[in-house]
Amino acid sequence: MSLKSTPQTLPTDPAVRENLFNPEIRAAIDRHIAKYPPEWKQSAVMPALTLVQEWNGGWLTIELMNEVAAYLEMPPIAVYEVASFYGMYDLKPTGRHKVCVCNSISCLLNGSEALIEHVKKRYQVAPGETTADGKFTFKEVECLGACRHAPVVLIDKTYGENLTPEALDRWIEELD
Amino acid sequence: MTQKVKIEIDGRTCEATPGEMIIAVADRAGIPIPRFCYHKKLSIAANCRMCLVEAEQGGRPFPKLVPACATPVMEGMRVQTRSALAREAQQSTLEFLLINHPLDCPICDQGGECELQDLTLRYGKDKSRYAEAKRVVKDENLGPLIATEMTRCIHCTRCVRFGAEIAGLRELGATGRGDHMRIGTYVEQTLGHELSGNIIDLCPVGALTAKPSRFRARPWELIQVDGIAPHDGLGSHLHLHVRGRQLVRVHPRAQEAINETWISDRDRFSYTGLSAPDRLGEPMIKREGGCWQALEWQGALQIAAERIREAGSELGALIAPNATLEEMYLLQRLVRGLGAQAIDSRLRQQDFRGDAADASLPWLGVSIAKVEEQEGILLIGSDIRQEQPLLAHRVRKAALAGGLVATVNPYRLDLTFPAIQFTASPSGMLRELAALAKALRKRGSGTLRTLISEVKPTAQQVEVAEQLKQAGKRYRGLILLGALATAHPDYSLLRALAHLIADATRAKVGFLPAAANSFGAYLAGALPHRLPGARPAETPGLSAEAMLNKPRKVYLLWGLEPGFDLADPAKAVQGLDRADFVIACTGYRSPALERVADLLLPIALFAETSGTLVNAQLDWQSFRGAIPPPVEARPGWKVLRVLGNLLELEGFDYRSSEEVLEELRKQCAHAKPNNDPRGDLKKLPPRLSNGDRLYRIGNVPIYALDALVRRAEPLQANAEFLQVSLNPDQAAEMGLGAGDQVEIDQGEGKLAKAPVRLDPRIPRGCARIPAGLSGSEQLGPQIGPVSLEKR
Repeated sequence: MSLKSTPQTLPTDPAVRENLFNPEIRAAIDRHIAKYPPEWKQSAVMPALTLVQEWNGGWLTIELMNEVAAYLEMPPIAVYEVASFYGMYDLKPTGRHKVCVCNSISCLLNGSEALIEHVKKRYQVAPGETTADGKFTFKEVECLGACRHAPVVLIDKTYGENLTPEALDRWIEELD
Repeated sequence: MTQKVKIEIDGRTCEATPGEMIIAVADRAGIPIPRFCYHKKLSIAANCRMCLVEAEQGGRPFPKLVPACATPVMEGMRVQTRSALAREAQQSTLEFLLINHPLDCPICDQGGECELQDLTLRYGKDKSRYAEAKRVVKDENLGPLIATEMTRCIHCTRCVRFGAEIAGLRELGATGRGDHMRIGTYVEQTLGHELSGNIIDLCPVGALTAKPSRFRARPWELIQVDGIAPHDGLGSHLHLHVRGRQLVRVHPRAQEAINETWISDRDRFSYTGLSAPDRLGEPMIKREGGCWQALEWQGALQIAAERIREAGSELGALIAPNATLEEMYLLQRLVRGLGAQAIDSRLRQQDFRGDAADASLPWLGVSIAKVEEQEGILLIGSDIRQEQPLLAHRVRKAALAGGLVATVNPYRLDLTFPAIQFTASPSGMLRELAALAKALRKRGSGTLRTLISEVKPTAQQVEVAEQLKQAGKRYRGLILLGALATAHPDYSLLRALAHLIADATRAKVGFLPAAANSFGAYLAGALPHRLPGARPAETPGLSAEAMLNKPRKVYLLWGLEPGFDLADPAKAVQGLDRADFVIACTGYRSPALERVADLLLPIALFAETSGTLVNAQLDWQSFRGAIPPPVEARPGWKVLRVLGNLLELEGFDYRSSEEVLEELRKQCAHAKPNNDPRGDLKKLPPRLSNGDRLYRIGNVPIYALDALVRRAEPLQANAEFLQVSLNPDQAAEMGLGAGDQVEIDQGEGKLAKAPVRLDPRIPRGCARIPAGLSGSEQLGPQIGPVSLEKR
């Protein structure tokens, strides 16, 4: 019996569970749940958080995390742990877009430090914050796994590679 | 027996079981390996890295140092815990752990008994090489029991693992990442689990300490005295930490067979009730007009003796089931010595019809440690987490090991393990059990026959019955009756059904004691139908219920509060009101007691007196007094000794409580635990019908059990208050909503106002209105008809 090998299940009243989120999200989460053994529903916590975050316009509230916990019948604290560990979950309101500059070693050596400085200066925004016009949230993130084309920036779901400050500006310009 | 392997640690040959971790083998051999995250009762985390050791297998060294807590042993392994390389790694690890640790030992409660401090002394350097900024962590408020200073946390995660693995309720977690990782609840909340205090002991640093004893003493000023917990049926072993004349705090004392290394919060913090403001310090007598006047012991005891002598056989004695064995024995000697027969300690029982057939010496049925080995457990009428917190942990272990746990209760329990719960009204409980019996093809006799003929088992009941039978076949079936069964108006029928099911499944029947010394009462003879040594009395005396129905001339109340500790407070107070004189030996003055009593004699409580408590597995657990009782209060056995002498009874010249115990022990030589009924339990018709009356379920919440707990402020801070819990459907039918104020009417017992709470765990036809809480002293039977009127 251990924290890692035994799932801790906190049953949720079916009537409550059936009414969380919306039918599309429930179906999407269910597709992930189906990948794991039935007692390990909580293994789907990461995709579930991603889906719910997107549904909520880019960030997670404590209430939503509690609902994910209820849907997966797991302790809420275990959801907070996951959501606060990974950089792709935002726990504060975000801008319309997320500009994520990689700050890991390959990108850093290839000029991401300059990109970060440029964004800070040009858009007056510190890492983890949102621009005054609410256009985007600026994030420094860990390795994006595209080192051969460093430096790399991820905006929403699109990768930009071999970026210079000017190229990044043009890209940001194109955002709505 | 599995095969053993031989390994060598620091040149010493040690025997080990394959798969065991190095650290466990070293601990057994007494070889010290430093550690923070490892704990023998928790899963392996291997995150502190303090236990790095050098190891080699078959002459080939491991490529790097290995954590002793996470490296299983193999035949011929050689381990060096103190080689230059190992020591260097341990020193470096410690240096890292100290980077963010504040050096606030002088103001830290853990200072002097801190694992980090101890290991720093051994492995640390005199000077820190770290000159950069240290991390500061905001504290969380975890409630009235646990003080936090999270900057001191070294992230061993023992507290997190405790929640998941032992408590079964994950309240703490590690949120954030890297330097931002924090241990906490994330969303501020009070830790609500009944075992949560154990994380204070688990924490190797001063991040989690006990709030009630915070800044009250330094560890080296404390004298440690062994003690026994006075609440549940385990009698957990305690260390009482005393400074001067005060009990400063309570820690668990490891006893694998009883409490392992844990204690419940109730056992840990109830000591705070010892210094309650209404503690009785000197004898008091009620004068004309109801005003109380203090008097000398001698005068007080003479008055008591006179009144008792006058009453003679018209004396009735009620003694709390948490009184010591010595007190129970002496009190029954006194009562019976005067020719009276009315003594009882089963204060919360309503149904005494089964007394003639009562088990000769009831007990748990199996040893406490064996509970976790059961493959089938049927709990009848027990909110086990509230009643016996640590036994619930054993039941949990049985359930997690794949055993079946089924319950039959008047409300659905919050359990931390899988269980099949049959929830029904009090009369429905009989039918649930009858259905189980029917599923086992039992037809029963007497009353049971009718009951069983009327029910039809559901598929789930058939399944549970079958699993119980399978468990019983391997001698691993257990049927336990708890406090809600004891308080049931048809307790004798519940027992008869339990025995019938046990018969059919070959499971054992066990009883959960209502309090710390409930079974001791059988041995001491503090019952109307038992003489010392658990010998049946030829002519049984009056039970608690009978002696309140047929008022006695004089009552002697021992360690109880009539409003809170009796099955039917309203009726009890009426009975006591009609007596000529009521003597109360008590630790506290409470309004309800002052109303009925005429003479109050202050007695010593937990930790203040020597004595013996008999636990659920019938261990006689003796303890010595750790602190003196307040002011003029005296140990109970001494009060009874003097009373016995004043009444000129033979042989009341004891010099110590050990002498009393010795005398009783001689009479108990032939007392053998036996749960079999000594007669027929099923002759009588059920008191409850299937009618649609609303029934009160008066459970006793965990922190309402006895006078001491009820005054433990830290425990009371978040404790339950009196509410009427109703099933939402039931409430809707009655036109009631959450928060509505209702009048509770139980005939003689009435309470003008109590709020309604909606709770789907309560079955229809029931209203959960707890006993032992403020307000409940005006009510009637714990389990009985009730009507509610909207105010």
